[in-house]
Amino acid sequence: MNVAIITFPGSNCDQDCHRSVDVAGGSPSYVWHRETSLSGADAVVVPGGFAHGDYLRPGAIARFSPIMDSVVDFARGGGLVVGICNGFQVLCEAGLLPGALLRNESLRFQSHDCTMRVERADTVYTSEYREGQVIRMPLSHADGNYYADPETLAELEDGGRVVFRYCDASGAVSELANPNGSLNNIAGIVNARGNVLGMMPHPDRAFDPALGSVDGLPLFTSLVGALARAEVA
Amino acid sequence: MSRFTVEVLVTPRPGLLDPQGKAIHHALSSLGYDAVDEVRVGKAIYLEVTAASPEAARERVEEMCRKLLANPVTEDFRVTASENGGAAR
Repeated sequence: MNVAIITFPGSNCDQDCHRSVDVAGGSPSYVWHRETSLSGADAVVVPGGFAHGDYLRPGAIARFSPIMDSVVDFARGGGLVVGICNGFQVLCEAGLLPGALLRNESLRFQSHDCTMRVERADTVYTSEYREGQVIRMPLSHADGNYYADPETLAELEDGGRVVFRYCDASGAVSELANPNGSLNNIAGIVNARGNVLGMMPHPDRAFDPALGSVDGLPLFTSLVGALARAEVA
Repeated sequence: MSRFTVEVLVTPRPGLLDPQGKAIHHALSSLGYDAVDEVRVGKAIYLEVTAASPEAARERVEEMCRKLLANPVTEDFRVTASENGGAAR
């Protein structure tokens, strides 16, 4: 259950992701962005941070890092790829997920806990959650305002591909609970095949009670569990 | 071959929410400029390009826009090339 954590110059959550995978029972390893091979990894995490300084647009330069050809091939072949925060932006820029992350509606860098509703508990990334469960974890971004054109948005909604939605503590999805202006309060989505997940909030900062929440850990145990089942099968 | 200054204007697509433009519009209104109906903020990128003709320079940079400089989901772009030392800047 080898999980490759991609490190770009400017990544700053690679260690958080490494630790999260470790705590969840997987075997994490760092892969520098200049590498061209994933060296037989069973899954990939694209972590948060400011890859290449977020110059031009977040993720725009990172998607052309040498390792990304392998990540795209791996994803197109059905491999499990998760992008968290900046990683979500990279996956959108790389065309592995639809839409884009725009500047927060507030124009401010938002850094605080958020609550999300688990809309789908039947993905490989969310099997350890319950559908409708309200979970809490930090978010930390300037560009997390999810946007897609109306056709793409309808496709996501009709296909049940919105996995996490910002909500209040009671689970109600409202404008007030939307931290960044994301369409339909979208916090995380999967691709049509379900093997690529992108999300803005940080499960990798919520895997231990000392961090104030353990609500991020099930994401990693779901992932490691899915890999373990695939290995047995 | 000659050198051209190529100007790329990258702008948010029509209909897309532009919070920066809104904030600037608001600031202009507070300053009394109430004739402003809308403000949209983009960015300008200048490239010095060697090519056979301004058309060739423009085509090359348009390719760069589609690949990297603009995000087709959220942004439009406009490219103009002028003989180096020209009026693009």
